[in-house]
Amino acid sequence: MYVIKYRKIWFVLSGVLIALSAYTVFAYGFNLSIDFKGGTLTEVKYAERPVQAEIESKVSTLAIGRFSVRPSGDFNYIIRTKELSADEGLSLIETLNSPVVERQNSIGPTAGAELKSKAIKAIAVVVMMIVLFITFAFRKVSKPVSSWKYGLATIVALAHDVIVPTGIFVFLGHFMGVEIDLLFITGLLAILGYSVHDTIVVFDRVRENLRLNMEKNFNEDFKITVGKSVTQTFGRSINTSLTIFITLLALYLVGSPATEHFSLLLIIGIIIGTYSSIFVASPLLVTFYKLQKGPK
Amino acid sequence: MRKHVIWSVVLIAMFVLLGYFLVTQERSGAPYPFRFGLDLVGGTELVYIADTSKVSDVGGAMQSLKEVIERRVNIFGVSEPLVQTEHAGIFSGNADERLIVELPGVKDIELAKKLIGETPILEFRLAKPEASTIASGTPVAIDDIFLPAELTGRYLAHARVEFDPNTGVALVGLEFTSEGADLFAKITRDNIGKPLAVILDGVILSAPVIQSEITGGKAQITGSFTPEEAKALVRNLNYGALPVPISLATSQTIGASLGDVALKSGMQAGIIGFFVLVLFLIIWYRLPGLIASVALVSYIILSLAVFKLIPVTLTAAGLAGFILSIGMAVDANVLIFERTKEELKRGKSISDALHEGFRRAWLSIRDSNISSIITAVVLFWLGTSAVKGFALTLGLGVLISMFTAITVSRTFLFAVAPKSESKLKRFLFSNGLHVRN
Repeated sequence: MYVIKYRKIWFVLSGVLIALSAYTVFAYGFNLSIDFKGGTLTEVKYAERPVQAEIESKVSTLAIGRFSVRPSGDFNYIIRTKELSADEGLSLIETLNSPVVERQNSIGPTAGAELKSKAIKAIAVVVMMIVLFITFAFRKVSKPVSSWKYGLATIVALAHDVIVPTGIFVFLGHFMGVEIDLLFITGLLAILGYSVHDTIVVFDRVRENLRLNMEKNFNEDFKITVGKSVTQTFGRSINTSLTIFITLLALYLVGSPATEHFSLLLIIGIIIGTYSSIFVASPLLVTFYKLQKGPK
Repeated sequence: MRKHVIWSVVLIAMFVLLGYFLVTQERSGAPYPFRFGLDLVGGTELVYIADTSKVSDVGGAMQSLKEVIERRVNIFGVSEPLVQTEHAGIFSGNADERLIVELPGVKDIELAKKLIGETPILEFRLAKPEASTIASGTPVAIDDIFLPAELTGRYLAHARVEFDPNTGVALVGLEFTSEGADLFAKITRDNIGKPLAVILDGVILSAPVIQSEITGGKAQITGSFTPEEAKALVRNLNYGALPVPISLATSQTIGASLGDVALKSGMQAGIIGFFVLVLFLIIWYRLPGLIASVALVSYIILSLAVFKLIPVTLTAAGLAGFILSIGMAVDANVLIFERTKEELKRGKSISDALHEGFRRAWLSIRDSNISSIITAVVLFWLGTSAVKGFALTLGLGVLISMFTAITVSRTFLFAVAPKSESKLKRFLFSNGLHVRN
């Protein structure tokens, strides 16, 4: 099976993707939304939208510190500022010639910081629970690779599935202003759940094939068993992802603008997650097996 | 097989009834409408952090805070305001007690903030033994001078404007609840000769020395009120005084038009996604694919009914979660049909292959769905309202789809599964590009 045979190619490819993502994160940093750093976001709508410079010069007369103005859709501007008090919020709208306020969200710095720590905890908890669960689910499979190694292979795939989409979004954040907000974290967690879903389909087959071999007293190289399992489940891995991909694509193309980036993240995540369960998690099992046996 | 036919009829009848229920509940005034989040209908959400460091009965204080704010919110005349508390602790993941106020349709966020912010905080506090001088009107360092308050606006039953019969100066007369009256009697009995400060919104209004035990639960606040000020204070106190100080943590206002676009386009995405998915299922999985599509319709009907009955508040993210779950709902079917195809290839009869397909796919369906449920639970815990909506629709989706994709589609499939074999029948039950068997 080529997936197992050429595993070094996939490992290098994934390594490069992870390194690139890490580089992007360190070089550009996270473009955090007000969800995490606090502040006020005001989206206003004009019947006839004035030029951006006009809005900027108007906002700067208020002396409310740093701000950013970004056009949204055909009629709207999104203005990001520090957290505004009730009166400051009102005077901002007045200064802009009282356009229609589409939304105004204000988040205090404490609430933002709290959410940040909660988000990190949530990711840690999900990863931990899933690894524990996999170890439990595969507890009866201990030959030739012990059950916690299935868990370990899953963690590596999970890390892969979190790091790469994050890198892509940091990149998009730097060049297109896409923000890391609470929905991004939600999306990442959904990807985690899904990535495992896919990995389990393959591992479950490995589990079944190992049991069948034992029943038949059939001695087969572990490499072959994993390769066979990947081949047998290849179609369904692709198809289960495809069904989700179809609905997500619809959501991305015609869905609400509020969930546009969210669905893009999920699409990227589904693709990366499917790739990682076939090309990272399964070959890793073989590598673990070889490490355990020692060099030939 | 006859058993499966009968069950299929029962299931179909059930789903038709549920579908009918969904339609009738869309009439105005029906008891189970869909509940949409503020991001879809427009409105204002305010989240307050309550400072409960000075009260002992946190649960009670939060409950009365909720009631006070509810009363105040009701004066705006908003339809269906929602006030809820979120407790601190490991389960909610919050560091502090929170109060969430949702006001559908209210666009004037500043007005809403002000109306809620004007709710007075009334406290009666005893001086610390070491504090010697107390000047009225001092706004600073109240915590340094006074002991924590036991008697607060929470125990207030009623306030009214009164006038001093001698000077004609406006006063505010207070009447405590029976619980408050007992507390007031106890405080005055135990502290005769000591000053008891009346503090409103952190400012000392007066600090009269307790002359004797006061029973009957009545008190007066004297300050240099004009009659107008006294009236305003009485009104605010009667709407309810806050038992604990609150501060605004986050606020969110969504215009109705933005919400409308989000709702319409979300629904459109769901419909388009559904039809493309059905097309794929029927082309790739043929007859079982058609059955899976019917099961998917039953999934959608069942989910929507559950959303109405619980009720689940649908937000833009929740809608996304539901659309995503439509894609995930057929995952189990894909696993089963792929397995069935394998068994058919091994030369099993259609009926045997189907049985094996369901039996063998079960383990991987169970394990992979458990991991999705773990994620949904953690997401719900993480949640602000938007994330909670997503977690809830996703989690419910996984549970409901286990029923529709396995039980429902199995019943239907076995009902139509042929006893005899023919080339055409085998073709109908196979799938993918491998036409020859």
